[in-house]
Amino acid sequence: MKKVVILGGGVAGTVTANNLATKMADEVRNGEVDITLITDNPYHIYEPGYLYFIFNRLREDELKRNLEELLDANVRLAIDRAVKIDTENQRVECESKSYDYDYLVIATGSRITPEEVPGLKEAGNWFYDLQGSMRLRSALTRFRGGKIVISVIGIPHKCPVAPIELTFILHDFLKKRGLREKSEIVYTYPANKIFIMEPVVEMIQPMFDERGIEYRTFFNPMEIDAKEKKIITLEGEEESFDLLIAIPPHKGAEVVIDSGLGDKGGWIPTDRYTLKVEGYENIYALGDATNIPVSKAGSVAHFQAEVVAENLVADLSGIEPTAAYNGKTFCFIETGWEEATYIRFDYSTPPKPVVPNKLLHFLKVAYNKAYWLTARGLL
Amino acid sequence: MKSDRVIDARESFCPGPLMELIKAIREENVGSVIEVWSSDEGSARDIPEWVKKAGHELVGVFKESDYWRIVVKKKR
Repeated sequence: MKKVVILGGGVAGTVTANNLATKMADEVRNGEVDITLITDNPYHIYEPGYLYFIFNRLREDELKRNLEELLDANVRLAIDRAVKIDTENQRVECESKSYDYDYLVIATGSRITPEEVPGLKEAGNWFYDLQGSMRLRSALTRFRGGKIVISVIGIPHKCPVAPIELTFILHDFLKKRGLREKSEIVYTYPANKIFIMEPVVEMIQPMFDERGIEYRTFFNPMEIDAKEKKIITLEGEEESFDLLIAIPPHKGAEVVIDSGLGDKGGWIPTDRYTLKVEGYENIYALGDATNIPVSKAGSVAHFQAEVVAENLVADLSGIEPTAAYNGKTFCFIETGWEEATYIRFDYSTPPKPVVPNKLLHFLKVAYNKAYWLTARGLL
Repeated sequence: MKSDRVIDARESFCPGPLMELIKAIREENVGSVIEVWSSDEGSARDIPEWVKKAGHELVGVFKESDYWRIVVKKKR
């Protein structure tokens, strides 16, 4: 029997598992293939939903599903915390037991590390986990005017466009509540422009200007003075705030770092086409966990999962795998309370955002519901 | 001038090399010389601009066969 172990129950792990289980249904039933997904969280979280949750537009129960219900019946679910990937003995060591593998899929994602910036945990808010989102939701509910700073502290981070979306939605949220004129919105970015991709900058920068949204570039917070409520940057500048919404630094999973499989940031060196971990023929990595220079986004994890599942089918069937990931990425960008645009790009095609409109916003809202079909491997 | 730290960011794209330099600036002492290797042309342009804004010294940008060596001295 060939054993496939999938580490991680986010988009990358779940979609890979479900795609693989569908394609290998007969082999699993015959006992030729065993598929196990290991995660320490019994719930699958729809993380893009936090952007709506903080504005009271989605509830907590709409952001999560029990993994047991989402996974194909042919996937064995192990709720356990992985502590070490032992590539020599082809084994994943977890807190309660070890799992041998013939093929391993590392889908351990990324995590925020606000503790790396002094004062950030005390004075900052974020929407990158449930607890942070609950705290931010409550801060936004109480906000009665003042200066809000949206600060991208670390690159790379999950969903590169999310800080831009938050800024636009926040502008409309304050307007709707009659607070925009009593408020300042300042957006900060570490590089010398407000976003990494030039075509996106060309579209959004004039929209920031029209809305009176200020921005600072080459802005790298070194510490947050929680008492005085100000950001101190590496460039020697200071920026005061009444409410700080930060995008904290991100890192790869601890188990990846502890197993010596990551680079300095904990990202796994991975072939950008085959998605095989460099130096290993039987280990794939995908989603946020890799060092591939693409967005750390759900769509990337989803498209890569299809490639990994197809290649695993080939591996398990004794055929040379040929599926390749071409860098395909798709991101909706909310540009207000009820309008959005999108970008689609790959390794050789740059993004070309379309004029923002209401229809795209409603498509995104519909996708927030339809996502559960993606997780099941159906859409 | 001998570099105290060399960052090989040749496979990384904008703003990866800059973020690597920023991390090193945070960690090294004043007076340290940090060298970033980048194959990304945009980074070879942007990094000197950031160095100027942040008040450090740009020792030089040196073009090698297929990458740039950007040498920076931490001044404060």
